[in-house]
This record gives sequence, structure tokens and C-alpha cells, in this order.
Amino acid sequence: MSHHLVEARGLSHVYEDGTVALQDVSFRITHGESVAIIGANGAGKSTLLMHLNGHLSPTRGEVRIGETPLTKETLPAIRRTVGLVFQDPDDQLFMPTVYDDVAFGPRNQGLPEADVDRRVREALERVGIWHVRAKPPYRLSGGEKKRAAIAGVLAMAPDVLVMDEPTSGLDPYARRQLIGLLGEFSHTRIFTSHDLDMVMDLCPRTIVMLQGSIMADGLTREIFADDALLARCRLERPFALQACPVCGHTHG
Amino acid sequence: MSAPAVIAGLLDFRRLDLLATGDSALHRLDARAKVLVTLVFIVCTMSFHRYAVASLIPFFVFPLAVASAARLPIAFLLRKVALVLPVALLIGLPNPWFDREVLVQMGGLQISGGWISLLSIVLRSMLAAAAAIALVAVTEFPAICGALERMGMPRSLAVQLLFLYRYLAVLNEEAGRMTTARDQRGGGRPLSIRLYGMLVGRLLLRTWDRAERIYLAMCARGFTGDLRRGQPSRLGGPDIAFVAGWCGLFLLLRTHDVTHWLGTAVLGLLR
Repeated sequence: MSHHLVEARGLSHVYEDGTVALQDVSFRITHGESVAIIGANGAGKSTLLMHLNGHLSPTRGEVRIGETPLTKETLPAIRRTVGLVFQDPDDQLFMPTVYDDVAFGPRNQGLPEADVDRRVREALERVGIWHVRAKPPYRLSGGEKKRAAIAGVLAMAPDVLVMDEPTSGLDPYARRQLIGLLGEFSHTRIFTSHDLDMVMDLCPRTIVMLQGSIMADGLTREIFADDALLARCRLERPFALQACPVCGHTHG
Repeated sequence: MSAPAVIAGLLDFRRLDLLATGDSALHRLDARAKVLVTLVFIVCTMSFHRYAVASLIPFFVFPLAVASAARLPIAFLLRKVALVLPVALLIGLPNPWFDREVLVQMGGLQISGGWISLLSIVLRSMLAAAAAIALVAVTEFPAICGALERMGMPRSLAVQLLFLYRYLAVLNEEAGRMTTARDQRGGGRPLSIRLYGMLVGRLLLRTWDRAERIYLAMCARGFTGDLRRGQPSRLGGPDIAFVAGWCGLFLLLRTHDVTHWLGTAVLGLLR
């Protein structure tokens, strides 16, 4: 059985106040794929992510990870499989030191301390911030915080990485570095983002959402070439695909 | 200064957190040893009779010794200790009205029992605050919660305590942001009661939201209700010596009037 499959079948979600956030959403993401979920504010991206990790339960439809449907019973196993990195690292880092924070997940998995130590070291070295392990998280820079949050999820050895707006709030250099890092991962990856240039770099496949429904699901290049679709979904071509403001030349 | 700024000033957690990550012989002691000594200290000082003043003074040696051994900034600790003064005064101020019996006669000056018990309350609160702050400044807060749990506090309570601490820091940050936002457009005008109420309400809601996101993030990493820390530490020789030494001293100070002895000894030398 592959744990790396992520599947939504007719997923709908209605919030208590009656807001319809997801409407009959279906997709299947297979082993090792890197997929972007894009859409305007309020399109339902975040709600969808909350479903992939079982933080919300569907009003209708279901989510399957591997071949396992997401239910109350399978939730602990699924949370081990799907690692969710939140948009604001400050929401995710709560232990007194970076080391303890990254160790939080493995310790919850009940691993012996030697294994926890190995996982923490590997994860922090992977994201390149082993040297700040003894610092309290609030003393880190924005880029380091993001890396620490990612390390916290990597240390749980998930098969699927789900990230909400990974590049938001980063300076251009930190953003470029992070994109490089994310490109090296072999996990099944699902990103939401407004950073469409990042999507171009990292995700061969894109799912476009509008008002809780999937408007398009296909090759990123083709979707970004469809100006009518982008306009309808309140999106624009990535800068890399727009005409050069100086000479008017278009790549892509 | 607006109310959230006061809150932010009071809850200077980052500074305490930072001090607690220091490295001194005291920092390295097992948290249980430090918690136990602090508890014995507080029980000893609280159990004096209500007119005790002179016999409380020697107890200041404990927070002072901790502060100097761990090289804590004294001014910072004093500011924190000063925060309990208003509360202590509020509790003790009625005493001089109710208890007018003259206890001390110094020449023409008569001091009633009420004033003495007020002074005693103030001293005790300062002692308790100084010891507690010294403890927090040399011990990481999660370690304190872990120690309390291992000493028999129910696990759920220990976890609650840890969250309280973490969320106070969150509240602090939110309050800071709101203060900046208000100052930006407040035009230097004082805060009206109505606006103040709205701000506090907003603060609660925002903190609530953030706390929920933190909780989600914890669940996403397999949190099920117990907070596991690394290898549980073992009590070693230094821990036992620390507990035995200080508790012995506290009991001595509690059961014998050391101040009186010292006074007599000094007078004897002067004679």
C-alpha cells in the first residue's frame, strides 16, 4: 500500500455560519507529485488543507490518504503520514528552543530519545539551521523560522508534505533559498500559494480553485497560458510569463 | 501608557525565558530540586506569626544568593518584585485601621500592630515573589512544569500550566501589535473606557484565534495531551546538597531567632 496517495472524493464543507467553503471537490495526487493549489482569497484553499490533515471533517464526501479513508480512528496514523506546515511559523513553534520544538513530533510518536535526537539533527541539517538549535524560536529571522517549522514536520518523517503559503513573508533571498530546498524534497508535495512564480518553479501540476470548487486541474504551463481562466479566477500570469516591461519580450 | 502596553511591560517573558536558557551551576540543577527548595522557602516565610518582621529579613539571603550565583541582573529582578507591591499593599492597608493596639514604643513614637503586620505582609510578598522569579529565571518553564508533574501534580494540570505560560506570551505579542496599531492612529489622545473595552475584547478574540491555530499545529504533530520531554533527569549529588543545604537553613531560620542572635552577637562585639 502506498501512503503517498492523496485523494479527495466529492469533498464539501459548509461552515457553521452557512458559508460554503468547499463544493464537490475531487482530485487524486499520486506518489512524488508536486502540486500547487491556487486561487483568489477565500477560494477555499486553506479549508481544503485543513481537511487533508483531519483538522476539519467533511460535510459530504471523503478524504483518503493512501488507501485509508480519513476517520477518527485513522487520524493519528494519517497525521504521521501527512505533515502540515502552517503559513505563520509563529503558530507552529511553541517550545522553548528550536531543538525541543523539532523534537516535539518525534517525542509524541513515542520514539526513544536516541532516535529523537537523530531525527532532530537530520531535519535541522536538512533545512540548514542546525546551528540555531539552542535558540528560542522568537529569536530567529523569518527565513529561519520557516525552516524551523519545516524541520518540525520533516522530523516526523511524513510521506506527504502539505504547506500553506510557504514563501509568504520572506525576503527575495530567503524565498529563493526556500524554493531550492523544497525542490530537493522527494515527498509528495502540496502547496497553496499566491506566489505563482514559485508554483512555476516547483509544481508541474496546478489545481485552480474558485468559490470552493475546482475550476481547472492540469499542467501548470497550460493553466498559466489560459488567460481567460486566470482572469475568471482573479489570477494573473506569473511574472516570468508576462511580457518584459522594458522590451516587451515574452518568455514561455 | 495604554493598558496593553502595561500588560506587555508586566509580562516581560522573553527576558525571563532568555535568562532561563543560561548556563550556570544553578541552571544545571534538576528542576525538582529548585522547585522543592522554593516551595519550602515560601512555606517557611508564610508560616511566621503575623507580626514577624525582623525574623523574615534573613530569608532574603536565598533570592540574593541565587541571583548572584546565576549572575542575574538585579535591577531587572527588583522591578519584577516591585510589581507585587501594589497587591500586597492593597491586602495589608486596612490592618492599621483595625489593629490599633500599640506594639512598639520607640521614644515618643508608638507603632500599632496594624502597621507591623502590614510591613510583614509586604516583606512576605516580596520574599515569595523574589524566590519565584529567581526560580523562573534559572529554570526553563517547561522543566518546572515537568518537575511539578514528577512531584505528583496531575499531568493535565501541568500541561495547563505550560499552556498558560505559552499563551501569556502570545497575549503579550498580540497586545504589543494592537498597541502599536492604536498609537499609530490614536493621535496621542487618552484611551476612553469604551475603546479600552473594545480593545480588550478584540485582544481576547485574537488571542483565542491564535491559540486555536497553535493547538491545531500541535495536533498536526501528534499531540495527544501529554507533553513529552527528553530523557528525564536524575537527581544527583549537587541536587541533593542544594536541597539539604537550603532547606536546612530555612528550617533553622524558621525555628530559631537568628536575627536576635546576630544582634546580640554584634552588640557583644561592640561592647
